[in-house]
Amino acid sequence: MTAVEKQTPLEARLAAIDLPKGGAFAAMRADALARLVAMGLPGRRDEYWRYTDPAALNAPLAPAAKPFEASDETPLFDGMDRVKLVFVDGVFDAEASDSLELAGVEIARLAEAETADIHWAQGLYGMLETAGQSPVVRPFAALNSAAASDGLLIRVTGKAAKPVSLIYVHRSETSDPILHHVIKLEPGAEFTLLENGPAGARFNKVMEVDVGAGARFHHIRAQGRDHERRAVTGIFARVAEGALFKSFTMTVNGVLTRNECVIDMVGDDAVAHVAGAALGDGASGAFHHDDTVFITHGAERGESRQVFKKVLKHGAVGTFQGKILVKPGAQKTDGYQISQSLLLDDDSQFLGKPELEIYADDVKCSHGSTTGALDETAMFYLRSRGVPHEEATALLVLSFLADAIDEIEDEALKDEIVARLEGWLARHRG
Amino acid sequence: MLEIKNLHVKLEEEDKVILKGVDLTVEAGKVHAIMGPNGSGKSTLSYVLSGRDGYEVTDGSATLEGEELLDMDPEERAAAGLFLAFQYPVEIPGVGNMTFLRTAVNAQRKARGEEELSAGDFLKLVRQKAKTLKIDADMLKRPVNVGFSGGEKKRNEILQMAMLEPRMCILDETDSGLDVDAMRLVAEGVNALRDENRSFLVITHYQRLLDHIKPDVVHIMADGRIIKTGGPELALEVENNGYAAILAEHGIEGVL
Repeated sequence: MTAVEKQTPLEARLAAIDLPKGGAFAAMRADALARLVAMGLPGRRDEYWRYTDPAALNAPLAPAAKPFEASDETPLFDGMDRVKLVFVDGVFDAEASDSLELAGVEIARLAEAETADIHWAQGLYGMLETAGQSPVVRPFAALNSAAASDGLLIRVTGKAAKPVSLIYVHRSETSDPILHHVIKLEPGAEFTLLENGPAGARFNKVMEVDVGAGARFHHIRAQGRDHERRAVTGIFARVAEGALFKSFTMTVNGVLTRNECVIDMVGDDAVAHVAGAALGDGASGAFHHDDTVFITHGAERGESRQVFKKVLKHGAVGTFQGKILVKPGAQKTDGYQISQSLLLDDDSQFLGKPELEIYADDVKCSHGSTTGALDETAMFYLRSRGVPHEEATALLVLSFLADAIDEIEDEALKDEIVARLEGWLARHRG
Repeated sequence: MLEIKNLHVKLEEEDKVILKGVDLTVEAGKVHAIMGPNGSGKSTLSYVLSGRDGYEVTDGSATLEGEELLDMDPEERAAAGLFLAFQYPVEIPGVGNMTFLRTAVNAQRKARGEEELSAGDFLKLVRQKAKTLKIDADMLKRPVNVGFSGGEKKRNEILQMAMLEPRMCILDETDSGLDVDAMRLVAEGVNALRDENRSFLVITHYQRLLDHIKPDVVHIMADGRIIKTGGPELALEVENNGYAAILAEHGIEGVL
């Protein structure tokens, strides 16, 4: 008898993945794998995983999740003029997608670009993710760079004529897609990226965004209504001089969602806003939502805003870990962070960890974190006007979410998101 | 219209009795004023009638056209025709004033089994009513009461009243925080709503509001009771002599 060596959890996890080999991105993938092996998979003892159990994300196979047919709503962003690109369980669906042609924008699929020897994204793929691994490691992002099966490489050279809309369809109960996007905005470019859908039973996604000087990037995301899905996502952005980065995420449902966002403000006068509205009803299944944000100010006069709101009921859990780091010399930084939760009953829970670390002396930074119930005075005011309790609750929830929703600049997109939130509130009364 | 009998109220959380047997009848089409010193229970009366949490009715009744108000939820009282203009109107960020008004109007119509107003009809109606109260389009678009001046907030209360067309209107210290011009505007809004089927209960510290909204009956409230009732001249008496003399007549001390 020979002794069988016991696999480590990471070995088991990697053994279940068909790692891409060769091609234009081979070196970056090999590097990511080596980094992942060095850091290992996360556990509850890791400081940034104390509030969120990574077990289901560490498991070699995706825990099964039934796809959910949202027959009561039209697809999100349906009426909008956009370039639609569809992934079904992580596999690009050319039939359902529009052509990749868009004026001012080059779009290629990672899986196709990889077969070439040379590509513009070669030096960028995995680079911002790597930079974002310090001072806090993010193993699932390294895993993503090593293992992503596909994704989009988008280079924006001018003002994009319309948004690119990524639609992630979930059909298989056991799908476990890993997608990696690289987006580069050349100086002065403008681009809006829309994302919606659950993508799979378990979704690992990384998006690296390099926003060139004076460029403007807008990102609106809705994570899909599937109750049982799990997701771990990472945004790694670099914002150059005078550039703007804005990202908003709506999350309703989902057993487990961990959204990380790492932003490096490297140029003077850069602006970065990241916002989220999460609504969880534990009566539809477990709900755990985690926003983990790290913004580094490395240049002067940068403005950053983090606005995260969570509405929780029936045992839903929300967590927020947000940090602003102001490096030496990043004078006149204006950093703002607010994280609030509205608990609609006594069963739900919010865990928050706001952090500021400042090494410059002429800065304005503030953070706040609150947890509360509905305002009784406002509730009475509405009811005294004849608005029934449930309807008044919905209005007050929207009122609570307003600061986050207002981070969406485009009015039509804002209306779309508000309509979804209203839909959720109508479905989750009582 | 409104009939309050022997109403006793204490705070839910503590053993503090606030109303100690209020009796009051407001007839259809009449304007009654309640005056009284601070802490006499005037605002509590308005909150108890409109159904705010935190109070416990230990005795008595309050009926609106024969229906017991005290058994109803606040929204049911509103649908039955009761309206309270708040002393401190509440700010609701993120909810447009127009959305709020339409939600309220249609919720009440629905509760009464009436058809909801279409968006077009609603818009026409609200524009017309807003105009007479000098409420501009911007105020209708802004979030409810957010960034409104004191006068704008009170005008907004009257606009809600005009839109909801209640039978019984309670105005709680509507004159507080208003300058003379703003008070006149608010009073004109109220007077425009006076008719034979609508009654008002105007709660105020000062006589000055009653120069603009002329009451039929004036009550003096102190120590949780109505201690004196008279005509408009009673308000003038208070204005000239203060409450002290009236309180002393009734053996009430120390509440000033």
